[in-house]
Amino acid sequence: MLHLLDIADWSPEDLEKLMDVADDMIARPDDYFDAAKRKKLATLFYEPSTRTRLSFEAAMLELGGQVLGFSEASSSSVSKGESVADTVRTVGCYADLIAMRHPKEGAPTVAAAFSPVPIINAGDGGHHHPTQTLADLLTIRREKGRLNQLVIGLCGDLQFGRTVHSLMNAMARYKSIRFVLVSPEELRVPEYLREGMKSLGVPFTEVERLEDVIGTLDVLYMTRVQKERFFNEADYVRLKDSYILTMEKLKPARRDLSIMHPLPRVNEIRQAVDKDPRACYFKQVLNGKHMRKALILKLLEAAK
Amino acid sequence: MNINEIQDGYVIDHIHAGRAMRIYRYLELDQLDCSVAIIKNAKSQRMGRKDIIKIDELIPLNLEIISYIDASATVNVIKDGKLIDKKRLTMPERVVGALKCKNPRCITQTEQELQHVFVLKDREKAIYSCYYCDTIHKPED
Repeated sequence: MLHLLDIADWSPEDLEKLMDVADDMIARPDDYFDAAKRKKLATLFYEPSTRTRLSFEAAMLELGGQVLGFSEASSSSVSKGESVADTVRTVGCYADLIAMRHPKEGAPTVAAAFSPVPIINAGDGGHHHPTQTLADLLTIRREKGRLNQLVIGLCGDLQFGRTVHSLMNAMARYKSIRFVLVSPEELRVPEYLREGMKSLGVPFTEVERLEDVIGTLDVLYMTRVQKERFFNEADYVRLKDSYILTMEKLKPARRDLSIMHPLPRVNEIRQAVDKDPRACYFKQVLNGKHMRKALILKLLEAAK
Repeated sequence: MNINEIQDGYVIDHIHAGRAMRIYRYLELDQLDCSVAIIKNAKSQRMGRKDIIKIDELIPLNLEIISYIDASATVNVIKDGKLIDKKRLTMPERVVGALKCKNPRCITQTEQELQHVFVLKDREKAIYSCYYCDTIHKPED
């Protein structure tokens, strides 16, 4: 059975086809208004995430389907100690596919092993967040017109930022991709990802300050740096401003730079940047909904 | 126990110096009633220094765990005081249920009756990763 657990499980060709469908949905929304009629999506959110859950629900509703589920573990049978395996076996009797967010890493892999219906990983701990990556890929393709020959800057919390991990895994498969990783030393990408990039031969550099590299980037992917992630106050004070994007900091940036952010943001992109034509983060939200629609259709089709 | 003369049992030889205690721990040799000897930092022509474990009984031995911790070890099987088999080890592709993932956020920490699975990622560098959460594990950790 086809699931979406890790973006790397899907070939670039399969992802391109999904993006083609999403593009078509944007161009011809009326063609899809009842494409998932009489189908049900269960959203099992073991930890709160309003925007991802609403994006899935909006996607399913726009396809003419229906949604059910829970939005926090305390209101579900999980609070009684039920395993992930039993939960999905039960919910699989009610719904045609399941979108799951879980604080434990690898939970969707367990779910997929037991579920009678397709599983979508809607985020597992600090591990993967593949549907955010679908939104990111479509945004890059629509903004840049390509997914190869790009210098991609990723800035902020790269250790715990699962959107960053999924995006790197996906983009590493395209030709002539180079990553510029901008983070404090404590929040660099995890070792497995660094090893993975090395074994794939994908070049990357690691720097501490955004100012030093912003002029070299085609895409800048911002994430939030939380104060509590720093090991000491002195480093936080020294580096905090480096991870906040302002119009001033954008001065040396390219005119065709695409500024992205998985949202929600706190203060890492100043609101003045929103008006800049290079800001793409709200387009990303919309693209995310269309990619989730394309994904739902693809999984329902494959499960027939 | 005369550690030089085993009648029926094993001599796990050519263990990298410092790894014998890990093998001892993972094989749960402390649970055995028979004699077990650990020789640390023995002189070795080939390795400089090595560890050796001797077990004075032919217990069921989990070679997967030994291979994971130190694939360069050799397992000598002794019966009636004679060497009857010399097992050379290779790193297993998967280690199932024998080792625990160190990531506190891994689903294996909470899901009932879920076996921990380690998958070999890089044979040359001896790198394994957790099947569920991808956390890297190295035998020397």
